[in-house]
Amino acid sequence: MSAALNLSHEPVTKIAHGKMAMWAFLASELMFFTGFFGTFIVLRNTNYQAFYDASHHLSWPLALLNTFILIGSSLTMALAIYNLERKNNGMFQTYLGLTILGAFGFLIVKYFEYSAKWADGLFPGQENHTLFYSFYFIMTGFHALHVIAGMIPMAFMLMKSYTKGGYPYPVKVETLGLYWHFVDLMWIFIFPALYLIFP
Amino acid sequence: MSTATIETATPVAHEDHGHEHHHDLPWYRKYVFSTDHKVIAKQFMLSSLFFLFIGGAFALFIRWQLAYPGKPVPVIGSILPATWVTEPGSGIITPEFYTQLLTMHGSIMIFFVIIPFAAGMFGNFCIPLMIGTDDMALPRLNMWSFWLVPPAGLIMMAGFFTDTGYAAAGWTSYPPLSAMTGLEKFTISGQTLWLISVFLVGFSSIMGAVNYVTTVLNKRAKGMKLFDMPLTVWALFITAILVTLGTPVLAAGLAMLFMDNFLHTSFFLPDNLVTSSKYFGGGQPILFQHVFWFYSHPAVYIMILPLMGIVSDVMATFSRKPIYGYKAMVFAIAGIAFLGFVVWGHHMFQSGMNPLLGTTFMLSTIVIAVPSSIKVFNWLGTLWRGNIKFSTAMLNALAFVSMFIIGGLSGVFMASAPVDIYIHDTYFIVAHIHYVLFGGSLFGIFAGIYYWYPKMYGKMLNERWGKLHFVLTFITFNLTFFPMHVLGLGGHMRRIYDPNVYDFLKGLSDVNEVITIGAIGLGFAQLVLVFNVLWSLKYGKRAPRNPWRANSLEWAAPEHPGHGNFDKDITVYRGPYEFSAEGRKSDYWPQWEPGSSKTVNHHTIAVEEETRSFGSH
Repeated sequence: MSAALNLSHEPVTKIAHGKMAMWAFLASELMFFTGFFGTFIVLRNTNYQAFYDASHHLSWPLALLNTFILIGSSLTMALAIYNLERKNNGMFQTYLGLTILGAFGFLIVKYFEYSAKWADGLFPGQENHTLFYSFYFIMTGFHALHVIAGMIPMAFMLMKSYTKGGYPYPVKVETLGLYWHFVDLMWIFIFPALYLIFP
Repeated sequence: MSTATIETATPVAHEDHGHEHHHDLPWYRKYVFSTDHKVIAKQFMLSSLFFLFIGGAFALFIRWQLAYPGKPVPVIGSILPATWVTEPGSGIITPEFYTQLLTMHGSIMIFFVIIPFAAGMFGNFCIPLMIGTDDMALPRLNMWSFWLVPPAGLIMMAGFFTDTGYAAAGWTSYPPLSAMTGLEKFTISGQTLWLISVFLVGFSSIMGAVNYVTTVLNKRAKGMKLFDMPLTVWALFITAILVTLGTPVLAAGLAMLFMDNFLHTSFFLPDNLVTSSKYFGGGQPILFQHVFWFYSHPAVYIMILPLMGIVSDVMATFSRKPIYGYKAMVFAIAGIAFLGFVVWGHHMFQSGMNPLLGTTFMLSTIVIAVPSSIKVFNWLGTLWRGNIKFSTAMLNALAFVSMFIIGGLSGVFMASAPVDIYIHDTYFIVAHIHYVLFGGSLFGIFAGIYYWYPKMYGKMLNERWGKLHFVLTFITFNLTFFPMHVLGLGGHMRRIYDPNVYDFLKGLSDVNEVITIGAIGLGFAQLVLVFNVLWSLKYGKRAPRNPWRANSLEWAAPEHPGHGNFDKDITVYRGPYEFSAEGRKSDYWPQWEPGSSKTVNHHTIAVEEETRSFGSH
């Protein structure tokens, strides 16, 4: 509150507040997806044949493409942080822009996947919907929401970086990066669980 | 306000970005969308008190129906609409409305009263003050964690205006009942709104908890080690970890149940259900119970651990003694929290569980009695030969401990599967949960309110009204809930609409009547608390800085701290429980006062400055 007091000191753990909170939040997020994976594992074992059949209707090449897009965007995110920390504003903008582009690309591929499912009547509430697709939509749906939630602060940071002085908080970008890697990591789990583990 | 003096003294602008100044904020940023943790704590307190009365009113409806089945509800009965709420033209509540009342009573009391009180209010108020810092680590996130609660509450209450009324599947919302409302797809029902509301309130809890963890780890005052923190902060910290790891699992379960309910998927609906609408099946109802209790058993500890911490602080202060076994208390809290994650199956002994698995859950549950007993033992050890002052806060804390013992002991009964088979789903369970959640948590909350009200509002609560509130509450509480043990052992099922339908319950109707009279008294006794809180706000005595002569850091703050909390530097020299140290004139030794001491046989002895500096200067 005032400069004379010693209350607002450096973080005791030397980890910035936002970053520490992000780690705690990611632990929470991990448990959120664990809820879906846990029920998925249980119901997969009791409905194996139905899940097997449904899984083969999914397009794994599209999902594989999305995997590469997301891993690529994680790399560009890391490079964006690297460049911002070294006050390389131009490169920061390039890499952050690429990350947003990757997120967009992911969602576009997702759109094509979803519209194919819509045409086949597989959406929840549609006539051909089965339990496997309930998992498919709730897991990929929440994941896509996380992608969108990540894009909003990215776009904000990119916009700010074009103002005078650029974007001044490398720690915030790093914190967002943590989140982005988590979103990537969740996809790395969702992809095999839904598309690949049914031989 | 006392902040004015602080701010004029230090007009220096500083480069701390995330930190708004108090004086140039518009009124709605000061009192409504404030980022000050104390304002947020007060907001949590007000919203929880509001919902406490709503949930209590629902409970009185339930009690009326059980004691006087088939009689019109007095006063309010004639106002209620004669749709699904009451029998036409009579003021008698219908079975449908009765189940909705049960559901809403439980949901509101748990999600909108106890958790916001315990974690929301005390977490916000105590953590920054007790670790000697100016605010939470992330004040804006903190504000949002409160402002999700009122909309969530409104969404839940909006169920009344849907065609079928509130959610009616119990606060546990077990499928298939909660998933198959018999309504078409895409219909908003009370159950749908319930699911959305609890999801939002869970998100609010997580945001708060993430903030608490960060604040405790990052913002402790200079010199304060983790083991210099008061037990309140420890308990809130460990509770925050429980919230962080438990709540999201419930959120996942709620999302799936929402799909079942709203879109007619079948995560939790088995094959071959005979219903009017088409369900394709394949799911498992018991799976939801696993997901639900994986959160909701830790939630029981979310609701009691913070109060255990508060009671420890209150007891040490009013016994003028160091808390007995400080580290044991911390490890007991951590132990209860850890065990809380591996015992959820004991809610499902009767759900069709493999007996071997049931035995495992039974053992892990009974083990929880060990850390709980450590805590009770240490509380008694703190009282032992203490210089006890029976202030209102202390009386409530003592009630907490004694009621928690009763609730804890009946908990051991039902933890053992063979006994649980008999008392399962009876009023014995209802008695247990109310002894733990009302006798435990709510008395703890009262103790906390009486203890910290002076720091919250700068005024003392009136002790006479406070004691009246305590005595009335304590008597009517026991009158209400103790006979429920008798009902339960007599076989009285919980959640039944009309006990007179069963011959074997007819002999218990007197007990039901006594309980209802007690409950009405209990409800009205709470008005004394509200009166006291409001009356003291205006007419209460001005509170001194440290009215209880306590040690922890919040009492170093000004009488009515403003934004930024402290008006002087805080350095921590010792733990929070140095009462009655030998060699000191006063019987307390605040954490922020310099001075050195040595420990002999677990007793703290103050060392005079002269003797310490002997030969060194």
